[in-house]
Amino acid sequence: MAAAEPLNTGIGESVTRVEDSRFLRGHGNYVDDIILPSQTYAVMVRSPYARATVNGIDTSAAMGSGGVLAVLTADDFSAFGGLPCGWQVHSKNGDPMTEPKHPILAEGAVRHVGDPVAVVIAESKAEARRAAALVDVNYTEMSPLIDMQGAVAGSAELVHSDTPSNVCFDWELGDEAATEAAIAGAAHVTRLELVNNRLVPNAMEPRAAIGDYNTANGEHTLYTTSQNPHVIRLLMGAFVLSLPEHKLRVIAPDVGGGFGSKIFHYAEEAIVTVASKLIGRPVKWTADRSESFISDAHGRDHLTTVELAMDANGKFLALRATTLANMGAYLSTFAPSVPTYLHGTLLAGTYTTPAIYTNVKGVFTNTVAVDAYRGAGRPEASYLLERVVDLAAIETGIDPVELRRRNFIQPDAFPYDTPVALTYDIGNYQATLDMALEKTDAAGFEGRKAASAARGKLRGRGIACYIEACGIAPSNIAGALGARAGLYEAATVRVNPTGSVAVLTGSHSHGQGHETTFAQVVSDTLGIPIENVDIVHGDTGKIPFGMGTYGSRSIAVGGAALANALDKIVLKGRQIAAHLMEASADDVVFKDGQFSIEGTDKSVGFGDVALTAYVPHNFPLETLEPGLEETAFYDPKNFTYPSGAYVCELEIDKETGVIDIVDFHASDDFGNIINPMIVEGQVHGGVAQGVGQALMEGAVYDDNGQLMTGSYMDYCMPRADDLPNVTVSNHVTACTHNPLGVKGCGEAGAIGSPPAVVNAVINALGDYGVKHIDMPVTAHKVWSIMNANGN
Amino acid sequence: MDIVGERVIDAPRDRVWDALNDPEVLKACIMGCEEIEQDSETELRATVVAKFGPVKAKFKADISLEDLNPPESYRLVGQGQGGIAGFAKGGAAITLEEVEGGTKLSYNADMAIGGKLAQVGSRLIGSTTNKMINAFFDALDEHFSAGS
Repeated sequence: MAAAEPLNTGIGESVTRVEDSRFLRGHGNYVDDIILPSQTYAVMVRSPYARATVNGIDTSAAMGSGGVLAVLTADDFSAFGGLPCGWQVHSKNGDPMTEPKHPILAEGAVRHVGDPVAVVIAESKAEARRAAALVDVNYTEMSPLIDMQGAVAGSAELVHSDTPSNVCFDWELGDEAATEAAIAGAAHVTRLELVNNRLVPNAMEPRAAIGDYNTANGEHTLYTTSQNPHVIRLLMGAFVLSLPEHKLRVIAPDVGGGFGSKIFHYAEEAIVTVASKLIGRPVKWTADRSESFISDAHGRDHLTTVELAMDANGKFLALRATTLANMGAYLSTFAPSVPTYLHGTLLAGTYTTPAIYTNVKGVFTNTVAVDAYRGAGRPEASYLLERVVDLAAIETGIDPVELRRRNFIQPDAFPYDTPVALTYDIGNYQATLDMALEKTDAAGFEGRKAASAARGKLRGRGIACYIEACGIAPSNIAGALGARAGLYEAATVRVNPTGSVAVLTGSHSHGQGHETTFAQVVSDTLGIPIENVDIVHGDTGKIPFGMGTYGSRSIAVGGAALANALDKIVLKGRQIAAHLMEASADDVVFKDGQFSIEGTDKSVGFGDVALTAYVPHNFPLETLEPGLEETAFYDPKNFTYPSGAYVCELEIDKETGVIDIVDFHASDDFGNIINPMIVEGQVHGGVAQGVGQALMEGAVYDDNGQLMTGSYMDYCMPRADDLPNVTVSNHVTACTHNPLGVKGCGEAGAIGSPPAVVNAVINALGDYGVKHIDMPVTAHKVWSIMNANGN
Repeated sequence: MDIVGERVIDAPRDRVWDALNDPEVLKACIMGCEEIEQDSETELRATVVAKFGPVKAKFKADISLEDLNPPESYRLVGQGQGGIAGFAKGGAAITLEEVEGGTKLSYNADMAIGGKLAQVGSRLIGSTTNKMINAFFDALDEHFSAGS
């Protein structure tokens, strides 16, 4: 048999994205594209007040408005539960976190601008909008709690009147006494107060949901913009509406970006589900951009004081971080986990700091809920760490690169137990740092700085070394830490009779390119062309189970489940092939799509084995079932630990303070890489969001709790012309505990870039003696420093 | 947000005072005013259609007159509900001073806005409000010059 043409669609190939054909041609199928017969339209009535009592709601005028089918308020949802929180954190005294009810619609009180109060359902969206304006809500406005420090400071005012205080939890991790002792005895302690600015996620596609109740069989279908449809089915079905799984199907079709904000179970999903049954027709809700700003969970929003203690040689002795983390008005699905187990556990970074202690208070305020946003806790950890390390370098006069090198965990030290509960399996922090320095010509910086100065520009260079933890796991440990769900992933590989393959994966693609990457894993393993592989995701009616996509877990957990299911396919295929070749399965090897017996010319193609499995005329029926379909559930043994070094060079215009990033390099260790092009794209996107956080983005509330940055006029999103040409490089230390040796790459760019950018700004402003500028570092802030008294 | 300004109106102070307390005159002079009803000596209800950038809404306003010191000064306190467009509330201290050429009306207002109005219209509030105030005084000038 002639050697087959090489497929060039296996692991390690930069295969162009299969899904882009439909996206670029406008053939994507997003929730708002779905139009069901007799579909109706829902519009939410939202609170204009940050804190008020709702004395009454007069819906009569709205009900009388043209085309209106129903106007629903909290009374219509009294039979149902509130929106659940999926992670329970305990305070340091052992008490469980305060978990106030998060009603579907406001029950007598509103707690943030945008809190839904009523919903209008009408024949058309225009009619629903018109009627929504007629819903007369009688509010009594109260003074809101906006500032976290104010909300914590023993105020008698409460965001939730049935809670003892506005502190949701008072959590700690690490050895407080050892940290205190090390700080007290240290040769030098660097102290920094900083803000991790609140961000609005701004996925390109606003959230949308359609409830479709089938009166014939009593089955609900929810189409929703979700990163994890099975999680929504579980949360909404089991905790909110008491619908069993077999009567609730959740479909998340094409989804236009999530960045964390589409993990969570939102009220609108429950509202359209209930309303569809009530009126007997499908109900669609689609957010407009203004609604997204005040109803999508926001990200970050930490106030931190960090201290780093060193000996006389710059060796880190201890780190202490005290943080107030904004929860907003209600606990969003995974909110409590973000500033705690996804943040405090990362405070060792890439360093050997022996004593670490962190205390985090989650704080309720009259603002939109805050939850995971690209990186979720890990960007906040990297930012405070890499900022305080850079400041320590300035204070001690040790070169920032040298200071990091002196404290790196060494490549031969793995597995490495940190003082904050993690075991890093593998890494090489020197390697990525060396690579980043080389790629950005570290030695030539002084020359470039002089050239910039000659043009009236202040040039700065910043580095940041990050580590992240991807693929939260294993489930039993996560459960012990408060997760109310498992964190495995499921995959089914269905080989069709003619040899094509459908993969049913619990991972969800909302821009990541799984339809390509996962297909490459199949192509590589089974030796079939990528065109013969279909990646099916986002439908609880098709997929056995799944925990979805967040925390850079898809390839590390979902990909591992796929690899294990493929192994089962190959194992069964070998048994079928052995029968066909009248040999022992132990002697059959599988390579490049051929089952063969080593040392002979006997072989059977994958397609023949597939056909035999479904037309089992010559088949070992007494020992083997027909068919070729296998499912694997994969529960990881540990997190994966991507790491890397990012370098940013920028110029500041001395006249205007405008910052121009002139060079940015990301050197990452993602373990093995399936598709380098897609990985590079993920890094580019992450860096764009990180640069946005560092220089432009920031959600601002006024004292009345009004979101001042509630549109693109005031919330500054990075655009192509704000961004540098990002270059990337990779060093590979393969993950030691999953079958593909992969780590995950989705969040790294947003984790490593903010400190690299801010470090570069501070470096550029070295002559002004400025120690820190809070993000977003706008031109106005920089100009003000350059023009302050004495400068 | 503070809105401070003054304007000289070509009319005697008593007549300006009367005009400012006459619902019919106010209705004619306030841009977008659909109706004003006087509930008592010091309480008014008004319906005004206003557009702040992309946010257009019908505001139902309750206004009360306080610290009445005719014909020299008074204070307006009010709040307007624009339904899903949000709300505005505030107060304005108004003084009338006899000057050459008529009456100088000075105003010093503070205003808070909320909801969609604040979310997408906040940076347009100042300019839109000033436009409405100028339109009001222009209309008031016209009212007096028409001799009514």
